Amino acid sequence: MKIAPLPLLRVESLAVWRRNALVWRRLMGASVLLHFGEPLLYLLGLGYGLGRFVGEMAGMPYFTFLASGFIAWSAMNVASMESMWSVYTRMVPQQTYEAILATPAEVDDIVIGELLWCATKSLISGGAILAVAAILGAVHDWTAIFALPAIFLTGLCFAAPGLIVTAFAKGYEYFNFYMTLVLTPMFILCGVFYPISTLPLPMQSAVQLLPLTHAVQIIRPIVVGQPITNLWLHLVSLLVFGVLATWVASALIRRRLIK
Amino acid sequence: MQAPSDHALVHCRNLSKFFDGAAAVSGLDFDIPSGSCFGLLGPNGAGKTTTLRMLLGQSPRSGGTLEVFGKDIDLNRRQIRQCTGIVPQADNLDPDFTVAENLHMYGSYFRIDKTQLEQRVPSLLELVELASRADDRIDTLSGGMKRRLTLARSLVNDPKLLVLDEPTTGLDPQARHMIWSLIHQMKRNGKTILLTTHYMEEAERLCDELMIIDNGSLLAQGSPAELIRRHCESDVLEIRGKAPRSAVESLPSSCRTERAGDSLYIYSDDAKPLLELGQSHPDVACLHRHSGLEDVFLRLTGRELRG
Repeated sequence: MKIAPLPLLRVESLAVWRRNALVWRRLMGASVLLHFGEPLLYLLGLGYGLGRFVGEMAGMPYFTFLASGFIAWSAMNVASMESMWSVYTRMVPQQTYEAILATPAEVDDIVIGELLWCATKSLISGGAILAVAAILGAVHDWTAIFALPAIFLTGLCFAAPGLIVTAFAKGYEYFNFYMTLVLTPMFILCGVFYPISTLPLPMQSAVQLLPLTHAVQIIRPIVVGQPITNLWLHLVSLLVFGVLATWVASALIRRRLIK
Repeated sequence: MQAPSDHALVHCRNLSKFFDGAAAVSGLDFDIPSGSCFGLLGPNGAGKTTTLRMLLGQSPRSGGTLEVFGKDIDLNRRQIRQCTGIVPQADNLDPDFTVAENLHMYGSYFRIDKTQLEQRVPSLLELVELASRADDRIDTLSGGMKRRLTLARSLVNDPKLLVLDEPTTGLDPQARHMIWSLIHQMKRNGKTILLTTHYMEEAERLCDELMIIDNGSLLAQGSPAELIRRHCESDVLEIRGKAPRSAVESLPSSCRTERAGDSLYIYSDDAKPLLELGQSHPDVACLHRHSGLEDVFLRLTGRELRG
């Protein structure tokens, strides 16, 4: 494989983003219900239900702890789903990319447009949970909205590896491996349900290599109104991971689409 | 090798493409003059679509030089596609949008602004007689309508070059004639057209110049009339079913016979022996006609079935 340059943002990428946004707008009703309904159910069930037994965690009510973790998890989850199932649908059965590649747009424009769209969906979903959490009193004050750019960044970071998986996928069932082997362990291990400081020491170092850990470490303090420790470490970790994955994704999607 | 013409919109020499070492296209030379309709003919798998994809910068070539609009394709992919309209072999309209939205969306990939599209889209739908279906979803359209919409979509950027990959495959005669008349209209409007097909009637009607390829290599090139003159006798007698042996044996040696399926084809530059054979055997089902492009095509590419 030739070393490809890192894809850049162009007008054509925005056209790809806009295409997806317009399709989403049409199905918004069902989508919004899902984005608000699901976290509401989880937060009420787990947060209140479990919270009654747990009481406080890391110096805050368990409900608050869980809500802030869920925001980061949802950013990861939504971007991953979109970059796998939806991108695959556009790439293979619908041949949408084949049509787009007959215009001045190139593979990199599709990659960047899709990454931005996946991150936008993370923003919508994470924002919805943030709103639900705020209504239920889990948010400290208005500064919680600064979590939104972090949610977007988290979305970008997870959309790129999703595209990498899609570039190899021969069918939808392929994605279950990634879900089970990569996303679910992060969901369990990266500090969504409990602070990573409760993990055994070697595990604590290991989870530092997982991007969700860093997303949680940035998003939770913003939501609950605490100072962020090691902001730059987390930010740079996410950025390096995201840029590298984007670069690899663009090369692999190109290999898949251009024969 | 022909001399490159100054006003050639597409100019390629020794164009080649290998997939894992196997040649899909090897050493094609051709020029497409501005304003002409150029046909690329060949059996399935001959390398037609691969050639088109290289021309559009959608597939990197393995060798040769290739210029479109006088520009090297490698360095100017975006600019070249900006001025090119494409009707792909398989429909890939966007099922998430309506008929009109498909054109708007496609226009946005060319950076055409909204006000311009608002003028252009209704007139394009008018052109392909889909104005009444503007707000319908793609899955409600018939195959012919989808093809027409795909043709309208290929015109959204007012292209100089129109690339049509088997534009009428799978269509009924009415839909096919409508596409043909649209292609004629495009030609009158000064567009240069590159067409692939395996309908010889289509090639004869539409193309000024043809290239017949097989296994990625050139077999013959010229105008439809030239190709027929050069590669085939002028007349043919087609005998269905069992041909009387005595009659065939009595044919002059200038006649060439060919068997395909349960038919016998007798080719000759002189119609007389063919007509005599037909008249002397009124019980035999036979048809006398002038040779056509199909005879040339089958002669050059062989009669055996392709995968």
